[in-house]
Amino acid sequence: MKKSTRLGLILAALLLLPAYFTPIWTIKLTAPQYPQGLGMYIWIDDITGHERHDIQNINILNHYVGMKEIDPELVSTLDIMPWVVGGLMALAVISALAGKLWLAWIWVVLFVAAGAAGMVDFYMWGYDYGHDLNPRAAIKVPDMSYQPPLIGKKTLLNITATSWPYWGTLWIGLSLLAGTAVTARDSFLKKKGTDNR
Amino acid sequence: MAQKTTIWKITSLLLGLGLLAMIMYGCPSQTGMLDTGDAAQRVYVAPGEYDEYYAFLSGGYSGQLSVWGLPSARMFRNIPVFSQDPESGYGYSEETKPLLMTSYGFIPWDDSHHPDFSHTDGMPDGRWIFINGNNTPRVARIDLTTFETVEILELPNTGGNHASTFVTENTEYIIGATRFSIPYEKDKDVPIDSYKENFDGSLSFIAVDPESGEMSMDFQIIMPPYHYDLGRAGKGKSADWVFFTTYNTEQAHTLLEIYASEFDKDYVVAVNWKKARDYVREGRARTVPANYYHNLKDKNTSIAVSTVHDEVLLLDPEDAPDMIYFLPTPKSPHGVDIDPTGEYIVAGGKLATVIPVHSFSRMLEAIENEAFEEVINGIPVLEYEATIIGEVENPGLGPLHTEFDGDGNAYTSVYISSEIVKWSLETFEVLDRIDSYYSIGHLMITGGDTPNPDRKYMIGLTKTSRDRFLPTGPKQLHPAQLYDISGDRMELLLDFPTIGEPHYAQAIRADKIRDNVKQIYDLDENQHPHAVKRPRDARVVRDGDIVRVYMTNIRSHFTPDNIEGIRVGDEVHFHLTNIEQDWDMVHGFAIKGAHSGEVLIAPGETKTTVWRPQRPGIYPFYCTAFCSALHQEMQGYVRVSPAGSDVPLTWRTGEE
Repeated sequence: MKKSTRLGLILAALLLLPAYFTPIWTIKLTAPQYPQGLGMYIWIDDITGHERHDIQNINILNHYVGMKEIDPELVSTLDIMPWVVGGLMALAVISALAGKLWLAWIWVVLFVAAGAAGMVDFYMWGYDYGHDLNPRAAIKVPDMSYQPPLIGKKTLLNITATSWPYWGTLWIGLSLLAGTAVTARDSFLKKKGTDNR
Repeated sequence: MAQKTTIWKITSLLLGLGLLAMIMYGCPSQTGMLDTGDAAQRVYVAPGEYDEYYAFLSGGYSGQLSVWGLPSARMFRNIPVFSQDPESGYGYSEETKPLLMTSYGFIPWDDSHHPDFSHTDGMPDGRWIFINGNNTPRVARIDLTTFETVEILELPNTGGNHASTFVTENTEYIIGATRFSIPYEKDKDVPIDSYKENFDGSLSFIAVDPESGEMSMDFQIIMPPYHYDLGRAGKGKSADWVFFTTYNTEQAHTLLEIYASEFDKDYVVAVNWKKARDYVREGRARTVPANYYHNLKDKNTSIAVSTVHDEVLLLDPEDAPDMIYFLPTPKSPHGVDIDPTGEYIVAGGKLATVIPVHSFSRMLEAIENEAFEEVINGIPVLEYEATIIGEVENPGLGPLHTEFDGDGNAYTSVYISSEIVKWSLETFEVLDRIDSYYSIGHLMITGGDTPNPDRKYMIGLTKTSRDRFLPTGPKQLHPAQLYDISGDRMELLLDFPTIGEPHYAQAIRADKIRDNVKQIYDLDENQHPHAVKRPRDARVVRDGDIVRVYMTNIRSHFTPDNIEGIRVGDEVHFHLTNIEQDWDMVHGFAIKGAHSGEVLIAPGETKTTVWRPQRPGIYPFYCTAFCSALHQEMQGYVRVSPAGSDVPLTWRTGEE
């Protein structure tokens, strides 16, 4: 493994660090009575309001249609994700130290798999959240579900929901890009035989 | 038929006269239109847009303080101050009732006259606004982060606190005074016709804590038994002084409209408050018995607490020289207003034919030269000629109050001739005049009482509306007029109805207040002893005949909403905590048969209402504020059983 590849993998590990300090996703809800909107940030380990009381206020609105409360304590993915990200950081570092390209490729594969699983989990969470409604809800609209969009904009009764990746996802993306690029380059050069290690 | 002919004759005659008048004077409404053809645009604030100024109009005999936007003249809020307010529960809820306590007991009304902001360097700082109660003399403080009355201080040994609230340059003092002289001694019982021997005037100096805003009665000054009418704090060079007007220097005690109007001159009183304060700190004041209440809303619990005081510091001008002077001023002067530089002291010579203007620097010279006419109770009377600098001729009949635009012009309200006159502080000549509708009292220019006025808008606060609006009975509303004073001529923009009888008003640029306004009460900071912050902590507790219901409110239910085991003869305290933390998400509470108003509970707040059920039965209670889509469902029941019943005390919300 080239020295630059090792450094690239270390860089990829470091790029994952900011994901602990900035949300990875943002969902905003606007309604006639909420022109400034209510919103939540999804972190790798938490869900918080755009403003201090937004989660409480979203839950109050949601209970009328029978949606479950958003309680970060009950979302198990939030317990696992910091370890997954930490694991990916560790594996990137180990690959760099060991200097094994096949390890780096495992890292790439695991990263993509974790990302895909994360998105699927997020979608499932949103699906459950929007479809598993209390049958005794005060407001029941036939055939209506309240799944927020995974990405983009969607109108749900009087509420317009928009969902976008946030800074954390950018850092995670850059990490994957950096790690994959140096690994692929190294493999390519090795195949061409221009390796001058 | 003969009757019909007469009507026709009269009609033709009137039409003819009208036509003649129009030819001679021009169509009055048309001239008005030409003057202010785009007035509608100039007061129009588009839906969702904000006004440039907050204006606070005193409520007069409504005892309240209303909040408006300028230039739109849209009313935002009516803040209850000295009056119980069944709309919000102010003065009905257990938390607010102590605010209305006085040494005469619970007094749910007063006559609120003159609001004044807290000041920093002479300018309104948007922290608090103060207002006086005239009848049972009091001063209130309203917090401008919540627009709620948080403190009321009673003035001892005072009869009618009218010359109040006027605030010194850095809110060191709020002034107050006796409008109706009474014996200063507490509870003194004397014949009314012993007025000259036994009656006294008093001036009050209320200190304000610069951090908390908390008021305290620092000291009073005993004065001759005149009537102390209005006041103002000096500014700039005169910032160490406060000024009052007097009438009834005749010392009449009956038929004042005649007997108190006899003398050619009464006085403007100039008080060096810094010197007075120094004398008090030196120990020249004596402690005298008094009885007065100080009511303050506790910051943590939001419960108002009354403290009773039994003495006050009193300073006698006989023991405190070079502190107070009388400036002779024509004919029962009403307002005393200080120009932005602090130099001119303008008195509203209510019954005079001129507006007298004193010069502050000439006053200091006269004091230096001892240009005294006489000395009354240790107070030198300065020579009129020594202090006067100008008299505005032909100001109209009954000049009352003056404000300033900062460009060398003064604007005086004139009651009897129902107009505002604009005049020059340089030449003392009238420059312009405009009608009032009708009989103007105070006027208010945006910043017009500060060292740095905004020459933009002027409000005339008028006493009668007569034919100006669709009639609503023998008692019509008190209106106000909005004028544009940015040009050479004053222009009428708007004539609008108000709440109560506004006396004085204050205006402040909206940005001084807007960004500091609270949206919720933080539930985490709610330290009310009976607050419940989570529905699972809601409960009902009996202690003898007293039953306390610890209840939460959130969209769209009460917890608990079914209560049984209440008995006739119980005193039920509903402690309602609104556990919402969303702006403007207010819940209300009312129960059938309660001898009270409703209570409104702001997000994060705890309010208590007491209910004494008198008959057995089922009593519905409900949320009075349309809070949500399921507002109609936000209700509950209380079962009241006969006295001595053994129905157990139970409560619930939902079936589980």
